[in-house]
Amino acid sequence: MVEERLIGDDGLREDGRKPDQLRPIKIEAGVLHNADGSAYVEWGKNKVLAAVYGPREVHPKFLQDSTKAIVQVTYNMAAFSVDDRIRPGPNRRATEISKIIGEALEYVILTHHFPRSSVDVYIEVLEASAGTRCAGLTAASVAVADAGIPMTDLVVSCAAGKADGQIILDLGKSEDNLGEADVPLGYIPRTGEIVLLQMDGHLTKAEFEKAMNMAMNACKDIYEMQKDALRRRYAVGADEDKTPTQEVIE
Amino acid sequence: MLEKQDIQLEKRILVIPGEELGDVSYKAGTGTYRKGEKIFASQLGIKNIRAGYINVIPLGGKYLPRSGDSIIGIIIDLGPSSWMININCPYPAMMHVNETPWKVDYGDTGRFLKVGDAVLAKIAQVDETKRIQITMKEHGLRKLNSGQIVKISHSKVPRVIGKGGSMISLIKEYTGCRIFVGQNGNIWLDGEVEAVIDASKAIEMIDREAQVMGLTDKVRAFLQEHSHLQEKYQTDSDELETVAQQPPEPEEETQSGKEDNEW
Amino acid sequence: MSKPIIAEIQKEQIRRLASEGKRMDGRGFEELRNLEVEVNSIGAAEGSARIILGNTDVLVGVKMSVGTPFPDKPNDGVLMTGNELKPMAHQDFSVGPPGPVSIEIARVVDRGIRESKMIDLSKLCIVPGEKVWMVFVDIQVIDYDGNLFDAATLGALLALHNTTVPARKFEVGENHKLPVNGWPLTVTSSKMDDFIMVDPVLLEEQVADARLTVSVDENDFIRAMQKGLSGAFTYEEVVKAVDVAASLTKKLRQKIISTGE
Repeated sequence: MVEERLIGDDGLREDGRKPDQLRPIKIEAGVLHNADGSAYVEWGKNKVLAAVYGPREVHPKFLQDSTKAIVQVTYNMAAFSVDDRIRPGPNRRATEISKIIGEALEYVILTHHFPRSSVDVYIEVLEASAGTRCAGLTAASVAVADAGIPMTDLVVSCAAGKADGQIILDLGKSEDNLGEADVPLGYIPRTGEIVLLQMDGHLTKAEFEKAMNMAMNACKDIYEMQKDALRRRYAVGADEDKTPTQEVIE
Repeated sequence: MLEKQDIQLEKRILVIPGEELGDVSYKAGTGTYRKGEKIFASQLGIKNIRAGYINVIPLGGKYLPRSGDSIIGIIIDLGPSSWMININCPYPAMMHVNETPWKVDYGDTGRFLKVGDAVLAKIAQVDETKRIQITMKEHGLRKLNSGQIVKISHSKVPRVIGKGGSMISLIKEYTGCRIFVGQNGNIWLDGEVEAVIDASKAIEMIDREAQVMGLTDKVRAFLQEHSHLQEKYQTDSDELETVAQQPPEPEEETQSGKEDNEW
Repeated sequence: MSKPIIAEIQKEQIRRLASEGKRMDGRGFEELRNLEVEVNSIGAAEGSARIILGNTDVLVGVKMSVGTPFPDKPNDGVLMTGNELKPMAHQDFSVGPPGPVSIEIARVVDRGIRESKMIDLSKLCIVPGEKVWMVFVDIQVIDYDGNLFDAATLGALLALHNTTVPARKFEVGENHKLPVNGWPLTVTSSKMDDFIMVDPVLLEEQVADARLTVSVDENDFIRAMQKGLSGAFTYEEVVKAVDVAASLTKKLRQKIISTGE
């Protein structure tokens, strides 16, 4: 935090982004064969896979709920996903992230359709560069839809924060490490509902509001990318069509 | 009525959970939910309006049994007076000895059906808490003794069958296979070794490209491409014709109660 | 990993096909599946490789750091190979520490690398007895459709061949390529009844009685082997499997070296 400059005199950030600009995002749906639903998200240097199995029988059984499906999320970072190798296995950070992502997804999944079952979501971070929980939730939400699981809407996630005294969108690695605040948000753009929210650092109320609005706006753009990914998934061979009425007649 | 359907089918609109489908002048059907004055999609699928209902015909998702569904299941466990059957749904399904055509003594279930056996059965009952009862008591329900099972998404079942059974007849015609389509997405095929491979490839293609229009032609082209099949088709044509002309056996059965979802 | 229940008629069908010299996906008994590789897609790793073998998908990442050598080998670097069968990859894989299946794969891959001496561990010594390079090879299975042994081995080899030693980061000199040589590739055969087929898909693996993995290097030396499952091979079958492995690894090696490196 000492002499490190995260935003240049030209108002641009280290990677050349404007304060309210997202990193490049690429979303693909249906990338795995075995999983019931899956998605892959590249978000800057983040590479995240999400797979969904279910609804299926609950393991372990005592977690079963006779009135609704439970949503179990496992967020994990690959050993080689960061500069210093991570020892495989669960840790407190991953456990917490898994929990809050699971709760955000549970809000949209129509769990009462599937009593005594489990929707299992696995998020694997293959490469991490700040914002993996946002990329993870964004991917997981597409994977749940891809699995054909009934849900009220997609959840989108994005962070905003503060670095060098400025409110910025979608913190990069050094901004995350050296910046003054980080606010990851999980959001449903159509309804305006907030389903995941964390914050660390220090912000004035005005700054917080600015950051929130920035993140909510960005979520709208990412929401379109999610929907586009799901549409592309089912666009196979659509161009080769003959006259559309033909099949109706046959 | 027919015309209205055609218009809907003409444009296969893919919808995504949360997408607005219409207002309350329609009723919210399957794959949708109502919030306030509007109806939204709750599943990824194709929008479909029929008889005043807006539905979403899902492109994926787990099979949820309904009583009367014909299914193919695999025995996964046995008890003294019942079997547990995997029917590709989120819940285990049970078949009691009383639901079979046999007289099974207590503790003697293994003599009739063993773990790994495949059965053609029906859903007898599904209660509120999704406890599932299976029956094999009806005529035509039986253990499957040979052939192969191809697993597809249950939502693609109507597509594999086709309008009035057109797609399934096509596959039968070209491959000479006997085929039964379980509503749970398990499809049983039996016939010549090569023919079974080709039929399963055709079915996998339908599963993969179910939303594509003109699929029947594509499948026909695929089946035609396989020259050895054509030869076989020509040399065996007499026999095949008789097969085709037989009155529908139980395994020729297609969908009855699921007309709604045919697209 | 719980043992899944396969329909008996499915097993019968595989046997029926095999008796006519055929396989479910139309391959011959000695034919590998289509292979796609992607090298160094993971920027945070010192080296990485993604192997897509049919519908099996494996990602291998190499990380390096400076550590202390084992007391009994003060002049050697340290190689560690880990494998996780993630629940993402198959419905029968569960969350939790690696089980025997997972560990067996890691150890077979490790042995192939170690015993072939493709990495000269003595070259990874920085200060004898004090500071050596540690090489971590982590295998992550993303999608499982059989034959993880070959996919993981190939992934590990490709990742190691493309690894850069991060010397600058640890202030022990300039970054340089990890010194590796050789391609001890494996071919795995699976046996059902009297039929032996290479590169089994999951269903073929599930009905298999026995499995044999053979590692062969570029000089046609056999460098590692592993027999698995509760069935047995005859001596003749083993010899045949070695021959098949030798010829298939040769082809594979040519293909990998021309495209991969």
